[in-house]
Amino acid sequence: MGRYVARRLLQMIPVFIGSTLLVFAMMYALPGDPVRALAGEQTVDPAQIAQMKKDLGLDLPLWHQYLNYLGNLFQGDFGTQIASGRPVADIISDAFPITIRLALFAFTFTVLVGISIGIFAGLKADTLRDRGLLVLTLVLISIPSFVLGYLLQYFFAFQLGWVDPNVSTEAAPGELLLPAVVLGSLSLAYVARLTRTSVAENLRADYMRTAVAKGLPRRRVIGVHLMRNSLIPVVTFLGTDLGALLGGAVVTEGIFNVQGVGYAVFEALRHREGATVVGIVTLIVVVYLVASLIVDLLYAVLDPRIRYA
Amino acid sequence: MTIIDKTADVPAPRGSTENSGPLLDVRDLHVEFKTRDGVVKAVNGVNYSVAAGETLAVLGESGSGKSVTAQAIMGILDMPPGRIPQGEILFRGEDMLTMGYEERRKIRGQKIAMIFQDALSSLNPVLTVGYQLAEMFRVHQGLSKKDAKAKAIELMDRVRIPAAKERVNDYPHQFSGGMRQRIMIAMALALEPDLIIADEPTTALDVTVQAQVMDLLAELQREYNMGLILITHDLGVVADVADKIAVMYAGRIVETAPVHELYKRPAHPYTRGLLDSIPRLDQKGQELYAIKGLPPNLLKIPSGCAFNPRCPKAQDICRTDVPLLADVTEQDGGELPGRGSACHFWKEQIHG
Ligand SMILES: Nc1ncnc2c1ncn2[C@@H]1O[C@H](COP(=O)(O)OP(=O)(O)OP(=O)(O)O)[C@@H](O)[C@H]1O
Ligand code: SF4
Ligand SMILES: [Mg+2]
Repeated sequence: MGRYVARRLLQMIPVFIGSTLLVFAMMYALPGDPVRALAGEQTVDPAQIAQMKKDLGLDLPLWHQYLNYLGNLFQGDFGTQIASGRPVADIISDAFPITIRLALFAFTFTVLVGISIGIFAGLKADTLRDRGLLVLTLVLISIPSFVLGYLLQYFFAFQLGWVDPNVSTEAAPGELLLPAVVLGSLSLAYVARLTRTSVAENLRADYMRTAVAKGLPRRRVIGVHLMRNSLIPVVTFLGTDLGALLGGAVVTEGIFNVQGVGYAVFEALRHREGATVVGIVTLIVVVYLVASLIVDLLYAVLDPRIRYA
Repeated sequence: MTIIDKTADVPAPRGSTENSGPLLDVRDLHVEFKTRDGVVKAVNGVNYSVAAGETLAVLGESGSGKSVTAQAIMGILDMPPGRIPQGEILFRGEDMLTMGYEERRKIRGQKIAMIFQDALSSLNPVLTVGYQLAEMFRVHQGLSKKDAKAKAIELMDRVRIPAAKERVNDYPHQFSGGMRQRIMIAMALALEPDLIIADEPTTALDVTVQAQVMDLLAELQREYNMGLILITHDLGVVADVADKIAVMYAGRIVETAPVHELYKRPAHPYTRGLLDSIPRLDQKGQELYAIKGLPPNLLKIPSGCAFNPRCPKAQDICRTDVPLLADVTEQDGGELPGRGSACHFWKEQIHG
């Protein structure tokens, strides 16, 4: 087990380097640059621009800029935004907690509602209620999240006036409820379907017959014997999903004006702030990798037949 | 209709003071399954009974309804698609089919237990064997986790699993096939039930292990004086352990008899065929006998005697009239206790 974890951690290094390099190169390839963006519509002396670029190291070739960036990163320096002069680390520490809060809300919603729907449908597979819930999840899967987002916003904020259409800078829990539902709805549909299939399948397993033949109460047959087996694939999915929720938050944040990571990336892209984009994306990648490692370990705990060596 | 509880020299039933009748009495049981192609009539009027300390072997080809009957007794039929349109299952004189769910649940595991064929799939893969054994004591006797675990180890010792104490926290896949089947047996025995139903308990095991497991089961049955319903294909096993035999065909009992009489003088052409298809040493080199044809389609059971398309002795009456399970007697009318045959021509078969 220890060796397995060590190997997985080592494998993260090339993934880390690859993803930073990729994002870095993409930022480099984009037309425009941060210095010009700073100037905006004004005409500025080209010599002055060249001088500023030289000062910032932006005239160097790509590989050189990248090495400089990595070097700084290993000293704990994420760089500084050119336009605002704020350290990127500050931007990240402002934006990340909001997004994480949003993602955790969405995650909780996904887990509680998705698994409940899945169990409810799976226990009575192929009945009317199962078919109904299946259709509902299909609808959720086929609606793009920005459409659902605008729909719910229009309905709950503009028509009913229950919530504010925009989330304030504090991003209080109550305000994040609606965005979390929008963000979690796609995962919810997947979780519900996965749980449903898993429950319906395990319900027919031989060991379930044994559990009934042992004279166990129904509560125990379902709660212990069925659930312990049925939730294994669901837990695996949920782990990787947590990472995906962080990424997916970008769109939802745009709709509800949440000032999280999505907002920060969007602003940084507009100003061609390469360091900010790379820093945030890298962090998301790392969170994703760690989450999937934890899930794989959890998998081995839940299913004793899995052994990592 | 005569049932086969007249077998001689049955050991005195446990707790015989309260009830002298059979432990389990299945009467005219019918089970059908609704499927896309139609109604599968898996069991069509089964009658059998078992007394304490007695072993009833149920024989028959694949698909003859042996397991479905057992599942109906245990209350673990898939319903739906399964349905019990008719029949009674009396346990100590009380019909289990009309009992409430809770009342029935308390019989399962405590009074009637079941051993399944495939122990690997029948044990829960993600729970330790210790947990699954201890569960019986925790649920039915309210023991603490610790006491129940101790009982589980005791049970594993009882069925001779080496190093029970060290292995109690292992998972089913970590045991060999024979050891797993011992765990299944231990689980069925946990609460010392009155009756055990063993559905092909040794079919999944290799031959040397089969004998050990069967011996263990027979020994424990004697010790606790339990009734045993043994479902099997293996006529060799039957001769050793069973007191009486019920032969099933297309969801019906076609012949019942005390074990040795059945081997000596079968009273039904199907039983004759089964016995003739056992390989024998003195006929080495000769071609094996096999009953011709295939088991009937349960969606469309032949009219009259279900066996008629395959029966070498079939006459016109066999295609129209269903033969009932009739008492079988000696040529001079002398009684043959416990014997019955559902064949129009049982006399010719047994005495001819
Ligand atoms: N859940 C079910 N749905 C539909 N048909 C079923 C179901 N369970 C059993 N059957 C049918 O009932 C018939 C009898 O099956 P059963 O399992 O009792 O046979 P068996 O005598 O135990 O055979 P084997 O020796 O192969 O175990 C089979 O033809 C089977 O197709
Ligand atoms: S009733 Fe007729 S067909 Fe059926 S077993 Fe007897 S002889 Fe054969
Ligand atoms: Mg069977």
